[in-house]
Amino acid sequence: MAEKLLAIHGLHAAVEGKEILKGLNLEINKGEVHVIMGPNGSGKSTLVNLIMGHPKYEITAGSIAFEGEDITALKTYERARKGIFLSFQNPEEIPGITVENLLRTAKNAITGETIKIMAFKKELKQAMESLKIDNTYAARHVNVGFSGGEKKRNEILQMMMLNPQLAMLDETDSGLDIDAVRIVSSGVKHFKNEQNAILIITHNTKILEQLDVDYVHILMNGKILQTGDASLISQINENGFLHLGGDALDSGEVNTLHG
Amino acid sequence: MDKKKTVVEDIDRGLYDIKNKDRYRYKASKGLTPQIVLDISKEKNDPEWMREFRLRSLEIYNQTPMPTWGPSLHELDMDDIVTYVRPDTEMKGKWQEVPDDIKDTFERLGIPQAERESLAGVGAQYDSEVVYHSVKEELVKQGVVYTDMESALREYEPMIKEYFMKLVTPNDHKFVALHGAVWSGGSFVYVPPGVQVEIPLQSYFRLNSPGAGQFEHTLIIVDKGAKLHFIEGCSAPKYNVTNLHAGCVELYIKEDASLRYSTIENWSRNMLNLNTKRALVEKNGSIEWVSGSFGSKISMLYPRSILKGEGARADFNGVTFAAGGQVLDTGAAVIHAAPYTSSNINSRSISKGGGVAVYRGAVKVAANAHHCKSLVSCESLMLDDLSRSDTLPVIDIQNDEVDIGHEAKIGRISEEAIFYLMSRGISEQEAKAMIVRGFAEPIAKELPLEYAVEMNNLINIELEGTIG
Repeated sequence: MAEKLLAIHGLHAAVEGKEILKGLNLEINKGEVHVIMGPNGSGKSTLVNLIMGHPKYEITAGSIAFEGEDITALKTYERARKGIFLSFQNPEEIPGITVENLLRTAKNAITGETIKIMAFKKELKQAMESLKIDNTYAARHVNVGFSGGEKKRNEILQMMMLNPQLAMLDETDSGLDIDAVRIVSSGVKHFKNEQNAILIITHNTKILEQLDVDYVHILMNGKILQTGDASLISQINENGFLHLGGDALDSGEVNTLHG
Repeated sequence: MDKKKTVVEDIDRGLYDIKNKDRYRYKASKGLTPQIVLDISKEKNDPEWMREFRLRSLEIYNQTPMPTWGPSLHELDMDDIVTYVRPDTEMKGKWQEVPDDIKDTFERLGIPQAERESLAGVGAQYDSEVVYHSVKEELVKQGVVYTDMESALREYEPMIKEYFMKLVTPNDHKFVALHGAVWSGGSFVYVPPGVQVEIPLQSYFRLNSPGAGQFEHTLIIVDKGAKLHFIEGCSAPKYNVTNLHAGCVELYIKEDASLRYSTIENWSRNMLNLNTKRALVEKNGSIEWVSGSFGSKISMLYPRSILKGEGARADFNGVTFAAGGQVLDTGAAVIHAAPYTSSNINSRSISKGGGVAVYRGAVKVAANAHHCKSLVSCESLMLDDLSRSDTLPVIDIQNDEVDIGHEAKIGRISEEAIFYLMSRGISEQEAKAMIVRGFAEPIAKELPLEYAVEMNNLINIELEGTIG
């Protein structure tokens, strides 16, 4: 019996008074890879931001549990310390804070102990090499002046270094060229093990090629419309979302924050 | 929690707030009269010309109106200010001889340790007079003079007479006139032609006496082709009465010479800090100002660089942090008075809890000063809706062949950036502190290391309790 990591039941959520999630259910066990697909504005980014605890989103009904504990009242950093990680669709630029400083501070906060500098530097160097990030980026300010692709690789670098139990990747592959997708994808594959789980939001299937996908969910109109195995991906690629019968067209502008 | 409380409440500044017993050998009466000025002059054994200068300055002070711009100074009542407090000790050249409580104060502030580790000379002023001065032997051999102003007036009188309050004159504004009348203490530095002082000199000014004023005068002459880094630190414990600081700094940078002047000002929140600093830069010389303003109730401070010779340069890097109850009106001014001169002003200000941070600056280019370059960049960060930030730059250009740039940004701390850091396990308070430190980082990296650390500590102290 697989161990349950994330359990979402009957989740309704709104941003600035507008309802975006309308009764969403989702369960993720350790060792699983889940993919969420859906048209723009269906609520995919809202879902992962909500799991991370973004203050802009308001839960109006339902619950989010992580390892059996209701986390809806927890602050974002408390969720992160429990092992939840979000690779952002549009990572923030933070002037004055270096990549290395961010990672060291974050790692200390998450592990609750002060890590040894030399061991940390070695681990960082290896992780950067595996993602083909130039080592000078450790001393650069987080995402400032980074290209779109560099920002995404920096997110995966943080995932590898912080080693979360649940990694949520919000369109990490968008804006990446084919080689970069391959690098990121093998980073994710390397990260994946039986004790953690991954939730991937994507429009693209290249990032999934090296991964064994367990479940694919179609999110439309704030609900999971359909769940299937990896074969659902090719159906979507051929036929799009419309044939699934959801009210896709009128949901096009619902999510204005995360395209 | 009563939210208003955090606005008026002062922070616990730990060691900065340790008060010593008020110890003095001579203390002037409160207020300002010709008799008090004469008493100070007598106590200090001034030469005749200096006594006359003081009395003339007092006349100018009495005739000059209060400034009609900037923060309100209505709380200042000169009748309540003691203008001169001589500590009951002579100036010492040996640290062991400084009285214990004064010594302990500077020990806590890390001054003797810094002298041992990273400085070529140290001056320590306590209330109105310098209690300790020392400079490394090899500098003395090269002809470098670093001493207190009172000794300088005795030992280098012709030079003092030539330069003292010639760059900043009593006619400039009311508080330099006041300074001219009651000044005491401060440091004098002379670096002979070609001498490169690679390790910094540092003077530290501590005002311990309640209700007192500190009016130290710093005079630095860096002769042709010479080089110096001078560090100035200031602090005072908190009292319930108003203290006044009206210091004056005059810097003469000769041909091809360079001076870096770093300041960390951490006065207590009962201090009115009305300070005047000016540099005169000759041909191909350069002045670099590095300035951190954190303390005081009200500050008015705008270091001015006059680029007198062709090719002269001025750089200004300043950071200002205004918390609740503070009005920090700071900036920089540059006068391009010769061709091919250049200036670069980079200012960052942070305000929180109802604090007011104002950037007030001026760049003037004279008609003959063709081919000048000037770049001004000021950024402000407000940590909440109570706080205020203003940017008041004046640019006055008298000729067409110049390259002038100005950019200003006023913003709030980004909620998305805080969320991003929190999503990495970093607490809300630490996330805010990291962002603020990051904002100040371009300036902090210019500060001497121990001051950069001190600045980060201050930011952390300031941000404690701002959440929730």
